Order: sequence, then C-alpha cells, then structure tokens
Amino acid sequence: MKHAFHREEHMKQMFILCTVLALTAPVAAHHGNASTENKTVVMKATVVQWLWTNPHTFLKFDAKDDSGNVTQWTAEWNNPSTLVNFGLTAKTFKAGDEVTVTLDGVAKSGAPIGRIKEVMLANGTVMRYDGVAGTGR
Amino acid sequence: MRRRVVVFAVVLAALAFSLSAHAQRGGGGGGQGGSAPPAGTTKISPPVHVDGWGRAVAEKPKDYKPGPAPVRDLSGIWEPAEGWRAGVQANGARDNPSDRNHTLPFTPLGEQTWKSHHPGFGTTAVDIQFNNDPFNICDPIGTPRINLFNLRGVQIMQTKKQVLLLYQNSQVWRNFWMDGRELPKEFDEPRWYGYSVGRWTDDYTFVAQTRGLDERTWIDNAGRPHSDQLMVEETFHRVNADIIELTLTITDPKMYTQPWVALNKFQLGLLPDSFDIREQLCSPSEAATYNTIQAEAVKK
Repeated sequence: MKHAFHREEHMKQMFILCTVLALTAPVAAHHGNASTENKTVVMKATVVQWLWTNPHTFLKFDAKDDSGNVTQWTAEWNNPSTLVNFGLTAKTFKAGDEVTVTLDGVAKSGAPIGRIKEVMLANGTVMRYDGVAGTGR
Repeated sequence: MRRRVVVFAVVLAALAFSLSAHAQRGGGGGGQGGSAPPAGTTKISPPVHVDGWGRAVAEKPKDYKPGPAPVRDLSGIWEPAEGWRAGVQANGARDNPSDRNHTLPFTPLGEQTWKSHHPGFGTTAVDIQFNNDPFNICDPIGTPRINLFNLRGVQIMQTKKQVLLLYQNSQVWRNFWMDGRELPKEFDEPRWYGYSVGRWTDDYTFVAQTRGLDERTWIDNAGRPHSDQLMVEETFHRVNADIIELTLTITDPKMYTQPWVALNKFQLGLLPDSFDIREQLCSPSEAATYNTIQAEAVKK
C-alpha cells in the first residue's frame, strides 16, 4: 500500500510539477548510475544553493508546481575540474537566481534528486556539459 | 482506466516538453516566473579548456608538428592527449575495463576478493548503499588506481636520482628512485603508493616498478583487487616532444594467474609550461555530503 502511494506521488511529481520524457543518454555519476532513472525533466527554478564540491557538484533549487506548491530539488552535476571547461565556476549560481534546469535523470526512489543536463541562466545563456569535449565518457 | 491515464499523461508530458523546449530556444514566453530570456538571446556556453587559474589553453596551429623526443627526459606538464577527460576510466582500467568483452585471469582468491568489492561501476556495480569503495570515504586512491581512475593533469619532474610525478587527482606525488637501489623482497610497512624504482632502458623509455602496496586500495574503479604481492610496472615511452605513451602492467600471483595490461600505450600530451594544474581533492566532509544525497536517491 505504501509502495502504491509512493508510486502515485512519484507520478504526480513527474507529470504535474515537471515535464517528463524518457531518454537514454546518462551522464555517469561518481559512484555509479544504479540509483538513477534516465528521464528528461525541465523546470523553472529558483536557486537555493550551489555546492562547488568534490567528487561532484550539486545545485539545490526550488521548483513550483501549478498549484503553487514548492519542492526543493537537489541535482548533481559533474566534477568542478570538468565543469570549469564549460564556463562554470564556484560563482555561476547564487541563491535567488531564476534559472531553467534540465535534468537527464531522476532518483529511482522518487525523491526530488536528479542529474543535471543543462541550466539556462536568466540572461539566456545555457550552461551545458556536452560529454564529448574532453572525451572520456 | 489506468492505461488511459498513463497514455494521457505521456501525451501531456510530450506536449509540455515540446513547449518547454520551444521556450528554451527563446521562441516563447517562457512560462511562469517571467525568468526566460527574450526571444533569440539563448546561447550555449562553449567548452574552453582552462587551467587551475581559469586561463584558457591555447590551441595548437593546424600545421603544428611536434619536435623530436628529448633524450632521457620525461619532464613537463601532461594530461591525456586524446582529451582532458580521457583518463577518467569510470568502468575500470582503460584497456581491461569491467564489461562483457573483458575477462581478467583471476585466481580463485582473486575472484572471491573481487566479489567482496562492491563498486559503483562495471559489471558488478551496485547501488550506493551497498558500495564499499574505499575512495568514497577519501581513503587514499593509491597505486595503481592513481593512474587508472581520473588520471588528469600530472607534472613530471626529474632530478639526478629521481623521477617525480605530481598528480592533479588527490594532489599526491610519487617518486621513482633511479639511484641504483633495488626493491626489497619484503616490506615492513606497506604504503598507499608503494615503493618505486625506475631506470632508462633506452634514451626514450623509462621503466618503473612499484611494490609494497597497501592491500586496502583497489586497482581501479571497478574494484579489481590486489594482494601484498602486487607489482606494478609502468613504461613511459617518449614518442616525440609532445607525447609520452604509458603502459601499465599488473602482476599479482595471488590474485591473477598471469600479468595483465591495464594501460596499453596510453598517450599523455604535453601542456604549456604555464599550465597550472587545478586542485582536485577528496574532502571527507564533501564526500559525506555527496554520499548522503546519493543515499537519499535510493531510499525506498
């Protein structure tokens, strides 16, 4: 019963709060991708915190659904040593920034945790790690 | 009924995605919040390889040709020649990764020990709550994994008696003694990075051997094990002024029935001597944050 409720909540989050489309292009996480489901999720968001940390970075942000309910997400991005080559720095985001976040993976658990594909700043610049430059994976 | 709901949701999602993507391209109003840029202003931040000071690395001219290899000289600032991330090796040693196409010559003990390791990548990958990778808690990455996971910038320096490697990953150094000493047969104190000696086998080839390694480390990111009998051989061949080929061979009779090659002529490219190798440290507090968030992602 709890599981069914959890799944309903998950669907609600995915289809009402966010925009969802299945995709197959994961960006490998530091400790693996086993906990992540490959999906594209696009959200308007307000930055809460930008963690410029090893082994990977995190963007915490608030996203509001059509009913005005706010969910705080935590989204993982690559290592600082990788992201600096794509124009990102420790100061790229600050609390209160309005951005558009695109995730390419979300937590299998249904928790508001994801993996960043790109972030569009308010001035229209898209910060993106393309996974090709620098090769590796 | 349920199926109808799902179909409706998928159609709705696809429609919403399409609208959202349209907005991202600057062609729409951008939805709620009014934070989207005006039409036509969206631009992609292009990749520019920068050093630790944020200074761009100059591209070489298209007609550039490297000079000849200097004699008995590995010194310089290097990184994977194929690209600055080509040394990540997430699924294990580049030339023997943990996948369906590669099988290592495990002994029964080697197989058993590997099964006790639970990495986040490779054929034996597990969810993070089961992951027991010692590097997750910032135990030293050790030799040879320092070359087999996240091999990025590395500065090589030489003195009369040593070749020294200064690594970006973990900001650690190793030294290969070339003063004629020999490796002991027994080691009272195993070390994370071992004990190393090296010698020039010709004017352009330097061969180093490392023993006395701490058994707590993994060989690579896929959890390949080693014992106290591990011997790591690294061959650095200077092809020309700009390229070193690194070959790394694993010999450990307790874990493997025969030696195996982890890196086969992996190319390191010379960077400008003004290139600052950026800091890339495993911080226990940052790792704890990372592990906590990842654990939340799989909590049922």
